[in-house]
Amino acid sequence: MNFIQPIRSILLKDLLLEWRNKDILVSMLVFSLTVVVIFNFVFEPGSAEMQATVPGILWVVFIFASQLGLSRSYAREQENGLMHGLLLCPVDRSLIFTAKALGNLLFILLVEVVTLPVMTVLFDLQFHHQWPRLLLVLGLGAWGFATVGTLFSAIAANTRSREVMLPILLFPVSVPIILASIKSTSYLLSGRNVQDIDPWVRLLIAFDVIYFVVCYLLYEYVVEE
Amino acid sequence: MNRYRYHLLVALCFLLLETALYLVFMYAPTESTMGQVQRIFYFHVASAWISFLAFFVVCAAGIVFLKTGSSEWDRLAACSAELGVLFISMVLLTGPLWAKPVWNTWWSWDARLTTSLVLWLIYVAYLMVRRYSVDPERGARFAAVFGIIGFLDVPIVYLSIRWWRTLHPSAVIAGGEGSGLAPAMWTTLMAALLAFTMLYITLLVLNYRIISLADRAQSAKQASLRRPLA
Amino acid sequence: MIIAQGLCKKFGSLYALRDVSFEIGQGQWVALLGANGAGKTSLSRILAALSRPSAGRACVAGQWVDEKPELVRERIGVVSHHTLLYEDLSAVENLKFYAAMYRVRQAEERMAELLNQVGLWTRRRDPVRTFSRGMQQRLALVRAMLHEPSVLLLDEPFAGLDVHASRLLTHFMEQALQQNVTVFMTTHDVEYAQAHSQRTLVLVQGRLRLNEASRQIAAGQVLDLLRDTGPVGTTPAASR
Repeated sequence: MNFIQPIRSILLKDLLLEWRNKDILVSMLVFSLTVVVIFNFVFEPGSAEMQATVPGILWVVFIFASQLGLSRSYAREQENGLMHGLLLCPVDRSLIFTAKALGNLLFILLVEVVTLPVMTVLFDLQFHHQWPRLLLVLGLGAWGFATVGTLFSAIAANTRSREVMLPILLFPVSVPIILASIKSTSYLLSGRNVQDIDPWVRLLIAFDVIYFVVCYLLYEYVVEE
Repeated sequence: MNRYRYHLLVALCFLLLETALYLVFMYAPTESTMGQVQRIFYFHVASAWISFLAFFVVCAAGIVFLKTGSSEWDRLAACSAELGVLFISMVLLTGPLWAKPVWNTWWSWDARLTTSLVLWLIYVAYLMVRRYSVDPERGARFAAVFGIIGFLDVPIVYLSIRWWRTLHPSAVIAGGEGSGLAPAMWTTLMAALLAFTMLYITLLVLNYRIISLADRAQSAKQASLRRPLA
Repeated sequence: MIIAQGLCKKFGSLYALRDVSFEIGQGQWVALLGANGAGKTSLSRILAALSRPSAGRACVAGQWVDEKPELVRERIGVVSHHTLLYEDLSAVENLKFYAAMYRVRQAEERMAELLNQVGLWTRRRDPVRTFSRGMQQRLALVRAMLHEPSVLLLDEPFAGLDVHASRLLTHFMEQALQQNVTVFMTTHDVEYAQAHSQRTLVLVQGRLRLNEASRQIAAGQVLDLLRDTGPVGTTPAASR
């Protein structure tokens, strides 16, 4: 059973579409920069409380930008009955889910990778030589959002209030990812030692694994008519 | 005969609730430091227990519904979710009433309180998915999927919030309820739990019956519209 | 070949399909007629393995849909009023994607052959967005035929098509029939169905009310069936 090939085809197709259109990435990026600027007004620049809340701001930006990208990326698949086109292919629905989640993961990662340097410059972040761990946390957080978000965007798109529905479904369920990501990022940025950070990283891994399996199994029931 | 089954259930439920009320207000001793207000504890804990039970039923019925596709299970999940939201709302309302005189604050962002609030949000979202879906059959499936995920989330949410708060130096204000309860209080709590469980079952059965009847009325209406005119 | 055995689609106590059974031999052209809400779409979705029946089962292209849905999907080609095409991709990019998903062998040759047949070869590198509705639908047909399906499911394929495109579509289906492909088409167009199909099925409010060779059906019979039972909840309620 060849499962790499359909995942690769769908992923490449999604990337090509995004390359042509650029609407998802551009809107996610511009949105996240806008939010960064807004947060800058909330705190006195350079104050201690600003430093303490930067990790929170960082993740709030990522969360809102991801949610935006997730609903766009599903909406794109709804035009012209394209979702039916995918479901008609002789491919397991779980593989379609995996491909879609990977695509969303790439979008979220890209937004993180662009926003983080901007935040570093604007808020003078210190990384204390913890780059690998920081990237790990960013990746795990993004993957959590991508899996749960891919499933929920399919649900939200079939309700009457689709744009509002996704955050209502996504945010309460992803409270653990939000907490673990913010906490480990704030420890990393304040130079706390690894023993404090690792429980949170493990929580992220556990959440990611559990939810990937559950969403992988349940996707079929969501997309079927 | 069929009708009296419901009457019996309601009567039993009434009796148990009255007993629980008597025990809470007449039998259980007044707590030494918290005073009379502590009596709300029995309802508070019982409501919390029922909401967990209700959400467990939502999850289990959701799994069976997805496997079998028979709408009876979906109806059960729907009824149970409504009751779960009702009881978790009671938890969130009785909590502050108790907290204000005891902790001198309405709300604290501790693990249990925050988890209850997140739970409330999850299950209100569950009811919304069901209500706002374009196609009722798919809506039922969405709800089942969301109910399963939401229930799995409960322990993870609780764990993460507990770590968050206990590792956080400033905000640990936790009441030590449940520990070292006087025997009379223990009995009262058990009676309250039993009474509330019965209340849950009664409401579930009645709610299920109402929804079934509404569904039958709907289909009868449709059938009468379909019948060719004589 | 398509077999339906007691197919039901219901939710709660509301039925979209009620006990629909029929059998269609390989290489036949079948038209499924019915008013809006009669259950045509539900039925064709079940046959395409997009939707699960509440009861009963279906066999399409020699495979039971509930047992081997992937094998069924491999052997059916679907054309609906949606094009199922990515508007920002070119014709070739669309076809390449679907060819990969269906694991089509010698995809390049197959694509060239079909694109030439529908007269889109010269436009193959243009984004689908720039195509007219008729051209898009022709490309949709190519998409459906790419993996040489043995059953074609067409759901209102003529919606919004110009005369040229619908003639081409008809021609295509006649060709497919000669290659022993089964054509199952849902449509509103009673006359078209009478003129071209070999067998006519009529769904009325979720029940199969007619299953006859098209030739043996009297002219007004289908229209009468469709007329006296409009969409649920409109005509009977008004005249009561």
